[in-house]
Amino acid sequence: MVKYVLKRIGYLLLTLFIVASITFFLMKLLPGTPFNNPKIPAAQIAILRKQYGLDLPVWQQYLNYMVGIAHGDFGESYQFAGQTVSYLISTRIGPSLQLGVQAMIIGTLLGILLGAIAAIRKNTWVDATATIFAIIGRSIPNFVFAALLQFWLAYKWRLFPIALWDGFSSSILPTLALAMAPLANTARFMRTEMVDVLSSDYIELAKSKGESQWQVVAKHAMRNSMIPIVTIIGPMAVDLMLGSLVVENVFAIPGIGQQFVQSITTNDYPVIMGLTMLYSVMLTVVILIVDILYGFIDPRIRLSGEGN
Amino acid sequence: MADTKENLQLGPDAFKHVATNTQAQEKIAAPSLTFSQDAIRRLKQNKFALISFWILVIIGIVALLSIWFSPADPNRQHLAYTHLPPKWGNLNIPFINGYRNGIDMYAKNGVPKGTYFFLGTDYLGRDMLSRVLVGTRVSLFIALLATFFDLTIGVFYGIISGWKGGTTDTIMQRIIEIISSVPNLIVVILMLLVFKPGLTSIILAIAMTGWVTMARLVRAETLQLKDQEFVLAARTLGESSTKIAFKHLIPNLSSTIIIQTMFTIPSAIFFEAFLSYIGIGLPAPTASLGTLLSDGQKVLQIYPSELVFPAVVIVVLMLAFNLLADGLRDAFDPRSDNR
Repeated sequence: MVKYVLKRIGYLLLTLFIVASITFFLMKLLPGTPFNNPKIPAAQIAILRKQYGLDLPVWQQYLNYMVGIAHGDFGESYQFAGQTVSYLISTRIGPSLQLGVQAMIIGTLLGILLGAIAAIRKNTWVDATATIFAIIGRSIPNFVFAALLQFWLAYKWRLFPIALWDGFSSSILPTLALAMAPLANTARFMRTEMVDVLSSDYIELAKSKGESQWQVVAKHAMRNSMIPIVTIIGPMAVDLMLGSLVVENVFAIPGIGQQFVQSITTNDYPVIMGLTMLYSVMLTVVILIVDILYGFIDPRIRLSGEGN
Repeated sequence: MADTKENLQLGPDAFKHVATNTQAQEKIAAPSLTFSQDAIRRLKQNKFALISFWILVIIGIVALLSIWFSPADPNRQHLAYTHLPPKWGNLNIPFINGYRNGIDMYAKNGVPKGTYFFLGTDYLGRDMLSRVLVGTRVSLFIALLATFFDLTIGVFYGIISGWKGGTTDTIMQRIIEIISSVPNLIVVILMLLVFKPGLTSIILAIAMTGWVTMARLVRAETLQLKDQEFVLAARTLGESSTKIAFKHLIPNLSSTIIIQTMFTIPSAIFFEAFLSYIGIGLPAPTASLGTLLSDGQKVLQIYPSELVFPAVVIVVLMLAFNLLADGLRDAFDPRSDNR
């Protein structure tokens, strides 16, 4: 197990190294410089270039960048002079994390509930309703859903703040908008698993021992159906990260998603590179944790993993 | 024991041959179906999938016909007619009678009698109906072409990786692992920053990132298939790897490929809309569902209809593709049905 984890961490570092290199060279491929305003005199531009280390040869810039990353230094923002990328990210990651965690909790819990109810009442109108609900949740783009929530619940009915980041109440709508995708996926997954589990022998045994349907579901079926849910946490994290890019923009939340979109429109390369790295780190770490966790929960996976 | 045998006194002529019709016993009552016929039969039983299929056909035909029969030029601006509400002839039904907040917007803006905009106009006075039609066509075009590339790359990558095995497979799988550990959209965004935003670069960017899932599925199936007898037989008979891939592997992979393709199309539609929405997709004035949604969201609080129409189209499209994909999966793989 230790060997397996170490091997996985090794791959993780290699992956991140390659991602960092590719991002760096892609950014170097971009035409023009960030300081191409014709009003700035050449001497000024030379000073700016020197200040950001852009006068060095590319391989040296690459080395500096890599050494910087290893120390957690992603350089300075072009747009906000004097602010390091790390500082910029650190001030903005709070709201994003809060929204992501809230959305994941709500999405998973409601999804498990919805999927379980659909499976228990299989092939009835309850099942059909839950399934249609899950498919609609998968089909509405999150930014459309966010805009509609904002229009009806915040603007028309004034139930929630329209936008901005001011306490818990302003996090409700963005959380709902983000939670839609994980909810739909979990519900779908849970229903399939639960239907499988409900037709297994140990459920028959539990029923034959005279346990009520509620006991059977709560004690036996739910627990065993929930194990595989762990595997979709990775894809769910991706959904949430991507969702945050647009949802944070719709609701004007000062998070990293909004910063990323803003940096794209202003060509703030160091910030784009830093955030790309951050997203990749979060994703790879989540996937690693999920894999290790799954090995602990279900020993069969661990054995086959070591066998390879 | 010997007694009983003699007491029986049965000769061969004591038995009479009863005529049997062995052919009748072997007769198969139902018509025999090929795999694809069987799948189509199962698909037809799925009402949602069938309705989705026809909805997609209709949307596709309407979007295609709008090349020749567009109600107006989708890019023609008319600054006097901005933000007009929908009006359907002289029908006096709320929401489609040209009134907003009790005011006849068509009379107020001096629109001549006989000029109607079925879905209203946008912030530059462009006809929304024409823009929604063009937008649907552009979005579908991007999604279908991106899916096609994605399918080609994914299938070839997967087959080569699974068929070759060994070191080739390991290296190819490592590459996939690295690609899939960066969120797709980040790669797409980086690519769009490097190349000029436009139709081609969007299609390429979506195709470059989407093939990973397809490659994984195809590789896993190829690994199973390549040890089966019919492949071994073909190998023994000296068929080349290319021929085996086309003659034996791809036909057996077809259900996986079709299902995965159907799931890729809606996600490509979503990607295009997403990119245009955050402002790095198609440049103005090209209409796509994404740019329409992006324009509509800016004026949502005053003119909600400009967001609602493209939103309805994209939701119906994605819903239909998802339902059809679900139906196809159940049809091709009855085990997944769980019933």
